[in-house]
Amino acid sequence: MATVTITVNGKKRSATVEDRTLLVNFLRENAGLTGTHVGCDTSQCGACVVHVDGKAVKSCTMLAAQADGAEVVTIEGLAQGGELHPVQAAFHEHHGLQCGFCTPGMIMAATDMINRYGAKLDEATIRKELDGNICRCTGYHNIVKAIKAAADAMAGTAQAAE
Amino acid sequence: MYETNYHRPKTLADAAALLAKSDEVKLLAGGQTLLPTMKQRLAAPTDVIDLRHIDDLKGITESGSGGVRIGAAVTHAEVAGSETVRRLIPALASLAGEIGDPHVRHMGTIGGSIANNDPAADYPGALVGLNATVTTNKREMSADDFFTGLFETALEPDEIVTAVTFPAPEKAAYAKYPNPASRYSMAGVFAARLADGSIRVAVTGAGQGGVFRVSEMEQALSSNWSPDAIAGVKVAAGDMLSDIHGSADYRANLVSVMAKRAVAAAG
Ligand SMILES: Cc1cc2nc3c(=O)[nH]c(=O)nc-3n(C[C@H](O)[C@H](O)[C@H](O)COP(=O)(O)OP(=O)(O)OC[C@H]3O[C@@H](n4cnc5c(N)ncnc54)[C@H](O)[C@@H]3O)c2cc1C
Ligand code: FES
Ligand code: FES
Repeated sequence: MATVTITVNGKKRSATVEDRTLLVNFLRENAGLTGTHVGCDTSQCGACVVHVDGKAVKSCTMLAAQADGAEVVTIEGLAQGGELHPVQAAFHEHHGLQCGFCTPGMIMAATDMINRYGAKLDEATIRKELDGNICRCTGYHNIVKAIKAAADAMAGTAQAAE
Repeated sequence: MYETNYHRPKTLADAAALLAKSDEVKLLAGGQTLLPTMKQRLAAPTDVIDLRHIDDLKGITESGSGGVRIGAAVTHAEVAGSETVRRLIPALASLAGEIGDPHVRHMGTIGGSIANNDPAADYPGALVGLNATVTTNKREMSADDFFTGLFETALEPDEIVTAVTFPAPEKAAYAKYPNPASRYSMAGVFAARLADGSIRVAVTGAGQGGVFRVSEMEQALSSNWSPDAIAGVKVAAGDMLSDIHGSADYRANLVSVMAKRAVAAAG
């Protein structure tokens, strides 16, 4: 057992947990943030994707102890002041989900790829970048559309701010 | 996952001392192989030693001889995005950028990948294809000597990979046929002409014994660097992996196809 302290969505969270505790379990059970999902046992589905120190990772494939001292952002940390994040808004607008199980991971993967590619993000790149996120419902088409729309909208806002 | 104890050493010496304590202690780099294995209860180390906080294992630098030295704990994403690697060995940067998916690339490391020596892993192809040198906390060895078989390397139980040094080739390319579900290689061929003019063709993903070289292709390419020169060269199906993803015959054919693509891409 060890005390792990992780800054989750800007708020410091400490808990004494077994060393084998996965980050996803720390988030869901200790921090009470159940937006991050577990969809598989094989590190393949991406439903559990969160950002650790600014990078998208699978929280089912990282120990909470490895994230001790890190900054983590989960799906619950995206909306600001009751306003949906542009990627969340785009998934809503473009119907980028059906059952919604994969959606938290999809949105965290999407914000990560937009952070890295910005306005250069095209459809082929989005499809390639979704290699680690599996959706059983949508056929991906509207997810890709939503991510493209969000990337364009965010590039537009960035430009307007300059 | 069975219980385990987590350690976070700051120096290589501390990590080595922890590792030497028992055979049940394991190094934990990116965890993208070890943690899934522990979750399936196929591995149950009493202790795991996190290598991500040791400065000596980090960083990508230009080596004295014009090649690239990559620390063992450098992630696939860092190699793919490195300006130094892209300039000196673009084939290596693009190989790293095709491993798994973005989330795996943010965590997985070159040291973990080669120490594990999964027959379907990509890096072994680049190390053997470029005649790279593996440095550990104890010694240096060539990639040819490092990879010894399926999930087997020359590493001693208490040995830690610290870096891999790649010479810059005259030209090189990697062509991979990924498994559509896992993204691991079904057959990947790294073809290179090194600075001294020697030719190397290394195959990963397909062989029963892990990465291997195809000397017949190397000879054919020495006199004529073109996809046509190797079009007729086939590897023996008897030496190939055969599983639900592909038969040995299928993989043997993929090797020839990927080899031609790699040579064409290297130009
Ligand atoms: C969904 C998914 C898809 C993947 N797709 C691919 C793919 O397409 N191609 C590919 O090549 N790989 C793929 N991988 C594997 C990935 O590249 C792993 O990151 C890599 O194989 C292991 O690196 P790691 O840093 O995560 O090592 P870990 O999992 O931390 O460790 C692996 C093993 O190496 C040992 N080890 C780690 N570092 C050292 C060191 N410095 N010295 C000695 N021993 C060490 C550990 O003790 C352990 O036994 C995939 C993984 C996943 C989960
Ligand atoms: S839960 Fe499926 S990848 Fe993490
Ligand atoms: S919306 Fe159901 S899994 Fe993606």
